Amino acid sequence: MRAYVVSRLAQTALVVFLSLTAVFVMVRLSGDPVLLFMPMDIQAKDVNEFRQRLGFNDPLPVQYARFVGGAVRGDFGESLRYRRDAMGLVLERLPATLLLAGTSLLLTFAVAVPLGVVSAVHRDGLLDHLGTILTVLGQATPGFWLGLLMIYLFSVQLRWLPTGGMGGVAHLVMPSIVLAAFYSARVARLTRSAVLEVLSEDYILTARAKGLGEGRVIGKHTLRNSAIPIVTLAGLEAGQVLGGAVITETIFAWPGLGRLTVQALLNRDFPVVLAAVFFISLMYTLINLVVDLAYGWLDPRVRLT
Amino acid sequence: MKKWLGISLTLAVLLAALGAPWLAPHDPLRTDFPQSLRPPGAAGHPLGTDQLGRDLLARVLHGARLALFIGGCTVVLTAVVGGLLGLVAGFVERWPSTVLMRIVDVQLSFPFILLAMTINAIVGLGLRNIILSLSAAGWVVYARVVRGEVLSVKQRDYVQAAAALGVGRTRLLFRHVLPNVAPSIIVVASLQFSSFIVAEAAISFLGFGVQPPTPAWGSMLSESRDFLYVAWWLAAFPGAALALTALGVNLLGDWLRDTLDPKLRV
Repeated sequence: MRAYVVSRLAQTALVVFLSLTAVFVMVRLSGDPVLLFMPMDIQAKDVNEFRQRLGFNDPLPVQYARFVGGAVRGDFGESLRYRRDAMGLVLERLPATLLLAGTSLLLTFAVAVPLGVVSAVHRDGLLDHLGTILTVLGQATPGFWLGLLMIYLFSVQLRWLPTGGMGGVAHLVMPSIVLAAFYSARVARLTRSAVLEVLSEDYILTARAKGLGEGRVIGKHTLRNSAIPIVTLAGLEAGQVLGGAVITETIFAWPGLGRLTVQALLNRDFPVVLAAVFFISLMYTLINLVVDLAYGWLDPRVRLT
Repeated sequence: MKKWLGISLTLAVLLAALGAPWLAPHDPLRTDFPQSLRPPGAAGHPLGTDQLGRDLLARVLHGARLALFIGGCTVVLTAVVGGLLGLVAGFVERWPSTVLMRIVDVQLSFPFILLAMTINAIVGLGLRNIILSLSAAGWVVYARVVRGEVLSVKQRDYVQAAAALGVGRTRLLFRHVLPNVAPSIIVVASLQFSSFIVAEAAISFLGFGVQPPTPAWGSMLSESRDFLYVAWWLAAFPGAALALTALGVNLLGDWLRDTLDPKLRV
């Protein structure tokens, strides 16, 4: 078990390192970051000074070595725009994203798992059809459009909720619903098919034959056995939620990591981009590790090697 | 029911896209300031006009053209590149295949939309670059699915028999293995198609990808944010077009999967 965790952590480090290298190479291939960042009418002397100051005049291997050396210590240099430590900026924005992503994941599972279970239990019934329509629509509706519609309805027309920003609970309502909507649809569909698969197993027939109440058959025998595919998807989705947060945070002016990344990309503020990439890939791979560890707990037949 | 809804919605979008130059009442780029921000139903503008007086119906129709073009190019590009790499990686189990699959793993350890957006921001904006960025981020799904399929197909008796008869490797791969993994490629392609279209819209919405004044649904929605208080239609119609397209293509993809390859998980 410990060997497994250690080797997975080593893999995580490798993945994070490779994605950073890829971004570093792409950034350098795309042109001079200083020129791209500077205004058009800048003097050549100033460009050179800026370049010297940020170390862009050194040979590429030296720059790469310095970049790797810094990255290992969590130092990605200074933001070109804010003239501040890039990692500090990212860390500052992280809690907002974690709050938003956490709330949406909770919301997703609070809504989607019961929806999927109800759909499966009432297979081909009215509730199942309603659930299917809801999930199919949810999957097809782009989050940023849903966000605009909600802003129009709840902020412009009804004036119930703020259009954006971060503050009280009211600010959290729309962003977390928008972020949860798409994933809820996927999780609900998967829950439905996972539960249906388990319901056709012999041990469910046995449980019913021995006279167990339907509540126990579903709650105990079915749910635990259908948990594996749901947890797998949850892990994959938890990472995608980070991607969805980029869009949701932009619509609702939520001061999180996603919005910072978009702004850094638009401003070509590459130290911040690299710091954000580092954090996102680290979080994503760690989430997957936690999911894999959860298998062993959910299904003792799974051996982690 | 699902099947027919999927087919008819997809056909409708396809018709709108192909027929946009004839169906649109106006040039999607022609500005007309005295007629700006007219609500739907205004004379000559069934869906109203935007802040520059451009006809919204024309822009939504031409947006369909753009969305399907980008989605289509990306699907073909990713299917060919990812499919071929997956095919070879499954067939030839040597170190290049291992390296390739490691790359796939690394890429899959990053949210798709964020990856495509980052690549797009770095290589540059515009139509050609958004197709390339989406493809660069999307090919890995085919590579993984196809490789898995090839690994199982090549163990089957008819492939082994063909090999024993002395069929060459290339012929074996393309005549005996490829036709048996083709259904998976088609299913993945149909499921990816709508996610490419939505991703393109999202990326253009964020300010990358296709730039104004080109009528792309994503950048139209982005512009509509400034007028949400006065012109709801600017947000409603391009978004509805995008959602209906995604709905139609999703339903079609689900149906194809159920028919061709019910076990496939993407």
